[in-house]
Amino acid sequence: MRNKFSDAFFQASIENEKLCLIVADISPAGSLAKFRERSPERFINVGVAEQIMVGIAAGLAMRGYQPFIYTIATFSLYRPFEFVRDDLCYQNLPVTIVGIGGGVGYSTLGATHHAQEDVALCMAVPNMTVLAPCDPLEVESMTKWCAYQRRGPVYLRMGKAGEPTFTESAEPWQFGRIRHLRSGADHCIITYGVVTKLAVATAEGMERKGIRTAVVTVPTLKPLDREGLNEILASFDDISVIEESSPRALGLELEALAFRTGYRGRLQKFSLRDEFIHCYGSHDDILAAHGLTVDAILNRIVTEK
Amino acid sequence: MVDRDSAVVRCRRYRRRILEISQQVSALHIAPAFSCTEIVDLIYNELMADANGVDDDVFLMSKGHGCMIQYVILEERGILTRGDLDNYCKPGGVLGAHPDFGTPGIRASTGSLGHGLGMIVGQAYAERLKRSQTRFFVVLSDGELQEGSTWEALSMAASLRLNNIIAFVDNNDFTSLERMSVGQPAFYPVVDKVASFNWSVCEADGHDSAAMCSALSTLDTAKPRLVVAKTTKGKGVSFMEGVPIWHYRSPNGEEYERAIAELADAS
Repeated sequence: MRNKFSDAFFQASIENEKLCLIVADISPAGSLAKFRERSPERFINVGVAEQIMVGIAAGLAMRGYQPFIYTIATFSLYRPFEFVRDDLCYQNLPVTIVGIGGGVGYSTLGATHHAQEDVALCMAVPNMTVLAPCDPLEVESMTKWCAYQRRGPVYLRMGKAGEPTFTESAEPWQFGRIRHLRSGADHCIITYGVVTKLAVATAEGMERKGIRTAVVTVPTLKPLDREGLNEILASFDDISVIEESSPRALGLELEALAFRTGYRGRLQKFSLRDEFIHCYGSHDDILAAHGLTVDAILNRIVTEK
Repeated sequence: MVDRDSAVVRCRRYRRRILEISQQVSALHIAPAFSCTEIVDLIYNELMADANGVDDDVFLMSKGHGCMIQYVILEERGILTRGDLDNYCKPGGVLGAHPDFGTPGIRASTGSLGHGLGMIVGQAYAERLKRSQTRFFVVLSDGELQEGSTWEALSMAASLRLNNIIAFVDNNDFTSLERMSVGQPAFYPVVDKVASFNWSVCEADGHDSAAMCSALSTLDTAKPRLVVAKTTKGKGVSFMEGVPIWHYRSPNGEEYERAIAELADAS
């Protein structure tokens, strides 16, 4: 994802002279290094100082620039949160906040580096748009969109590196719309972000048990595609939500929608736990510690009533 | 050169207008506005390039709670209307106790301390990129220098060599609770601390426009500049000066009359 972001950002920076990148002591890998070389005046490293990273982005946006701020999700969002809220969201400035390793992507670094509440937090702030790409192709489309959007602040929730692609054959990504990755008549899994891999593997496992399973992604978490999700609620009576997020994010939103629309089917939620996990290992290991494995999810879907 | 007498007359007028508004609402930040009255007057009426020019200068009230002085100056200039100020802090009005982005003449939402200088660094850098001549004037409270974010901004402003920033610290030695020199004596000396971040810094009497102006003229124009303006909180009304309650209290009728009498033009 990071590489695709870098490529797309570099390309957009050639076309849009107003694009700026402000990083907080994080290596500008790949094409970001090319950007820095080509447009050094539009690249600022503030060092380990996230509040001024946000402040500078706000100031640049106020004078007509299109800034991206870029660092590990906990530091682009949590450390300077009140600056994100007041400077960017309250003043509604078109700044893209890139959070690398959103969720528990930094799996060996411990809970200080886990942004497990990032989506829930961003969805709670007025004016914030929340995007969570599931693969490098979505990263590319969203980065291009962010390079020109004038809506206001965007939280672009990214993984790290090495994510497979899922959306080659899906309809093109559209802002504010859900995407149908896979069809199936018996069950629908709704997901977003890096754990789409887990959702697809779960769907394949269910297929082997004879449960025809659709997969839908929600790349735009705010504003939520309520119309699209209402159609899912109307079309299925067995739905699960899989998300790499605290339990206060998409699952909760979907429950609210289900309540309002009088949904009578089953709705199961699979998310990170509402706790700090003391565990180190691969990304999959941390997800497993939170109960997010294909087997655990399959087992609950098949056995829970 | 600054005409000190005109500045004195203007500042008395501004203070009277603020007191007038204080009679319409239960509470407003009088003392923090009186403390930086001469500073903001100097910036608007002597230092800033004429409005409506190509590269208009920008003023930001980083200590947002001092905004009454900015409002009355914007009213005098016709940027805000008398009606705007009459409806201060009332439903349907546009002005609150902190400046709000989008209000005429207001360049950013401040009030939460430690935000203003950072946004000025971004704006000043943007104008540098555009090669414009715009300069950025900002007033900080001394309490804002307790915020780590202000030091992040000071460091970046100098690192980016933003010599288009001219900052004033309204050094009245008071935060909401107590005197800086009592609660946090290590805060001083301020001049040395900021200068060590590669700013050009001086100290001046913050109620003497001519003194601030001449101090400013000694600073290095190749660097961001900062004047530590020594001020008195509540300046201009004897019973408000240095008395913490006036951080956020409106005078009653009798106090109002006494205050107005002290600020009469004949004095």
